[in-house]
Amino acid sequence: MIRTTPLIIGLLLTASGCTLQPWVKPYERARLADPIMSFDRNPISSSYLNHVYEAREGARGADGGQGGGCGCN
Amino acid sequence: MNKKSASLINFITSQSGQGRIRLIWIIAGITTMIAALPLTAAVLPAERFDALFHYYNGGGITVQGPALQASKQVGSNTLFSAKYYVDSISSASIDVVTSASKYSEKREEQSISATYLRDKSTLSLSYSNSEENDFVAKSTHFNISQDMYGDLTTLYMGYSKGWDNIYKTLKTAGNTNRDPAFAEDADRQKFRLGISQIISKDLVTNLNYELITDKGYLNNPYRTVRFTDGSTLGEIYPNTHSSNAISLSANYHLPYRAALHGSYRFYADSWGINANTFDIGYTHPYRDSWIIGGHYRHYSQNHANFYQDLFDPFAPQNYMARDKELSSFNSQTFGLNLSYNFIQQGWRMLDKGTLNLSIDHMRYDYDNFSDLRSATPSRYGFSANVVQVYMSLWY
Repeated sequence: MIRTTPLIIGLLLTASGCTLQPWVKPYERARLADPIMSFDRNPISSSYLNHVYEAREGARGADGGQGGGCGCN
Repeated sequence: MNKKSASLINFITSQSGQGRIRLIWIIAGITTMIAALPLTAAVLPAERFDALFHYYNGGGITVQGPALQASKQVGSNTLFSAKYYVDSISSASIDVVTSASKYSEKREEQSISATYLRDKSTLSLSYSNSEENDFVAKSTHFNISQDMYGDLTTLYMGYSKGWDNIYKTLKTAGNTNRDPAFAEDADRQKFRLGISQIISKDLVTNLNYELITDKGYLNNPYRTVRFTDGSTLGEIYPNTHSSNAISLSANYHLPYRAALHGSYRFYADSWGINANTFDIGYTHPYRDSWIIGGHYRHYSQNHANFYQDLFDPFAPQNYMARDKELSSFNSQTFGLNLSYNFIQQGWRMLDKGTLNLSIDHMRYDYDNFSDLRSATPSRYGFSANVVQVYMSLWY
């Protein structure tokens, strides 16, 4: 059952003609489009800070970056 | 909570047998969902140039250097970007002071990427190369994202593969050279899944999951463990490591023009480390040209199951580590950032330009890692300051 659930959901969406309608209309998104609402307004800065944390902490991943190198000791 | 989450994540991401089949089915299901969804136009990231100088000082380590990043759109659906990054490291850290001598080194990283907009999807491919005198890392990354439900939802998936070469340096007659008798390697893979969801006119959320697996030489070739009888021995790590991280972030626009940010990440790995990360922030524009922000981050983890501050020589273990990153500790960060938009109406080919300053103060406190610099060892801790000055131009 677990194996087939995602496929069934996908097939149901296809069969339904994807009738889900956007509940926030394009003209209602001015606040969401404000740069202060960005998840990563300054990518060069956030990737640097993630590197600082990753070099000093055991946890890694799911931070939006893709990493590289070490420079940790 | 931790046990349940860890078991669920482990169930989904097992790397062999049934678990792998389930993972393949889940990915197949999500892919089918993407194919089934109503499609809307995606857009390429903006063309921009960033020049940053970073400075880190704390725990006996100073790291500084520049970072440059530029992107350029070619045609109507392809964006190329390149990045150059340097760490100039001067280290007299607690590890170095207690088991080696002070050193300086430089790490350089270059990366290039291409992002392609095809029909309703965004695909990106990138390559990164990082080199220092005892460590070389090469990696490739692939990401795909899809906007759907009238742009309310963005689904994305990614895969990275990395190849590391690990060397050891020797100091002879004032020169630092690679030890010709030591060369190891490690391979890394990353699998990413994410969904960004607009909840309301004021609220957007982001759910990320990442599985990382490493195989090969995962030790630090310089670090040692210490025994109760005063002897030391090089660390011995397992040669595999897999980790799962899941994070939820949310941005909320307040009734006036300002935003609240919050995120939480749960992490669990095959070495027995569980970690929790919380981050909250606030962003407030001032007049038309200033943006002021602040954030607080809290991180905590328990130690790896083969970590000990002091080992018993009469009870040897297969794996032994005394890396403070694998100990039990917590850290806190207070950060402030300031951004000044000096091109508001556009100027020649430039649409916008900002000057930015970020200052972060960090504090790390270790529960079971001793400071051996004094005759009576105490629990180690340190503070660090991180400063970033950078300019961004959009064109």
